[in-house]
Amino acid sequence: MSEILVLVEHVEGQVKKVTLELLTLARKLGTPSAVWAGPGYSPEAKARLAEHGAEKIYVADSADVNDYVVAPKAELLAQLVSEKSPAAVFVAATAEAKEIAGRLAIKIDSGVLTDVVGVEDGLVADQSIFGGGVNVRSRVTKGTPIVAVRPNATPVEAAAGAGAEEQVSVAVSETARSARIVERVKEEKGARPELTEAAIVVSGGRGVGSAENFSIIEKLADSLGAAVGASRAATDAGWYPHQFQVGQTGKTVSPQLYIAAGISGAIQHRAGMQTAKTIVAINKDPEAPIFELADFGVVGDLNQVVPQLTDEVAKRK
Amino acid sequence: MNIVVCVKQVPDTATERKLRSDDKTLDRDAADGVINELCEYAVEEALRLKEAHGGEVTVLTMGPDKASDTIRKALAMGADKAVHLVDDALHGSDALGTSYALAQTLKKIGFDLVVLGSESTDARTGVLAAMLAERLGVPQLTFANKVEVDPSAAKAGSGGSIAIQRVTDYGYDRVEASLPAVVSVVEKINEPRYPSFKGIMAAKKKPVEKLGVADAEIDASQVGLANSWSEVADFAAAPPRAAGTIVKDEGDGGAKTADFLASKKFV
Ligand SMILES: Cc1cc2nc3c(=O)[nH]c(=O)nc-3n(C[C@H](O)[C@H](O)[C@H](O)COP(=O)(O)OP(=O)(O)OC[C@H]3O[C@@H](n4cnc5c(N)ncnc54)[C@H](O)[C@@H]3O)c2cc1C
Ligand SMILES: Nc1ncnc2c1ncn2[C@@H]1O[C@H](COP(=O)(O)O)[C@@H](O)[C@H]1O
Repeated sequence: MSEILVLVEHVEGQVKKVTLELLTLARKLGTPSAVWAGPGYSPEAKARLAEHGAEKIYVADSADVNDYVVAPKAELLAQLVSEKSPAAVFVAATAEAKEIAGRLAIKIDSGVLTDVVGVEDGLVADQSIFGGGVNVRSRVTKGTPIVAVRPNATPVEAAAGAGAEEQVSVAVSETARSARIVERVKEEKGARPELTEAAIVVSGGRGVGSAENFSIIEKLADSLGAAVGASRAATDAGWYPHQFQVGQTGKTVSPQLYIAAGISGAIQHRAGMQTAKTIVAINKDPEAPIFELADFGVVGDLNQVVPQLTDEVAKRK
Repeated sequence: MNIVVCVKQVPDTATERKLRSDDKTLDRDAADGVINELCEYAVEEALRLKEAHGGEVTVLTMGPDKASDTIRKALAMGADKAVHLVDDALHGSDALGTSYALAQTLKKIGFDLVVLGSESTDARTGVLAAMLAERLGVPQLTFANKVEVDPSAAKAGSGGSIAIQRVTDYGYDRVEASLPAVVSVVEKINEPRYPSFKGIMAAKKKPVEKLGVADAEIDASQVGLANSWSEVADFAAAPPRAAGTIVKDEGDGGAKTADFLASKKFV
């Protein structure tokens, strides 16, 4: 079967769940080869990729690939596409990987599809557009299809692959070195699952009322093993860090379960969570638009409802 | 500094948005056209950079005739002039085609800095700024929540340096480059100004240059629906979400929610 390149997402040497999803998806359509870009590659990473079906692993683990914005990774993928002539390139639909996909598309003169939620035979991609209102099937008509797939769209299945390593050296061009990352600032994150990858997300909005009160959202999240999200009103107020914002200009999440507490459900917020499988809303205003989306909703004060829910979840464990 | 800000007209997200049944492109007549929200932040940032360092702000839009409303809005906010790329040959261009057409135009009109929104509310590809940087061979400074330009960049063509904070999953990266460059902004960067009455009046007199495909030296075989790199095979309205159960909290709202979660096997 034909080779499909899968760009690996990793933090601190750990392969992210979305990569395992992409490998699972790629296996159904061809033979996946993982592409590791940047430092941090390890035997553990190799094992994890192989366990999920990577037949080959191309490793370009020089720091160079990581020290400049996006462009070196696009060069790496372009080089691999010309050497290996794969049937497709899969990346995660994260902000950065979509940019890599965009630059790659121009380099190899190929079409790119973003925010894909499924890929069928013949590399036909399913997309959900206009905030979930319309489902589209689309395909690339020129070049090697580049597909950016949303996290949580594919259930992970393990299946052994050979995991044959191949070192790749990239000569990062001068142009690709033109935007240099001089400092990386990490805002604390804690032990919770990552927002875009989490199966359950509990988000708080303006209704939470203060930074301190976000602890009730965190407690509910922890009882469910969930990630914490926030509306823009909450991040703008400084109650919760920006990187947890869900919505059009924050993260797009598609968890199995999304719980919105004290969030009105503005269109920009909905754009980031509308594809969640199950939606629960807690809001004191019965007219809040979030209830239009909710599979289950409680009209009430989150200060009462959320702690009670946390207790009940703990009791039923 | 010669700043070009790319703005896009999009259908109002508050109205029902549709694809056309004939050619499966966005139905721009079905909904009111408004300026893409993030483009307002791009215009604001361009204006602030001009106010701090001098120079000129040019609005660049590719879109049908009615996109001129969006241009007026950006001019009313304070931009100096505009270029409207308008040609039937451009209809249905995908991100590759759009980035090619905009890049050709930018090469023609010249720039020290190009400012974009990081994403539009209709296409939501979020790739355009990266594609422009690639096509123009200039530094990509995208997803900025802060932009600093060194004052030595004040005169057009004099180069100068630029630094941004690039929003990431874990926080932000500080990125440095020299001009010319492409920047895209996130909405945390500023608070866009409302056009004043004076601004609205003044906008009516500001120059708007209309360019067609040939004027901008755009190869027509690289743009438009027929030449796109991807196509919509088919589409359908998403099945409506089944109406949910909404209960009023009578002191047992949390417990009822837990019952619901249990019924769905989440607990
Ligand atoms: C360019 C642009 C981009 C944007 N991007 C995003 C984005 O990415 N993400 C995002 O979220 N927003 C985004 N927004 C903002 C969006 O329009 C809304 O302003 C925002 O989502 C509102 O947040 P909220 O629902 O928390 O606040 P509000 O709309 O103020 O809603 C608060 C809700 O809490 C309820 N409430 C209050 N107290 C309680 C209580 N004690 N118990 C229960 N309920 C209570 C209220 O009834 C109300 O419904 C964007 C806006 C723009 C212009
Ligand atoms: N037709 C267009 N004309 C001018 N700028 C555009 C156009 N399309 C996209 N852009 C710019 O690219 C950004 C991202 O758009 P998108 O890639 O559609 O999500 C927008 O915020 C605009 O700044």
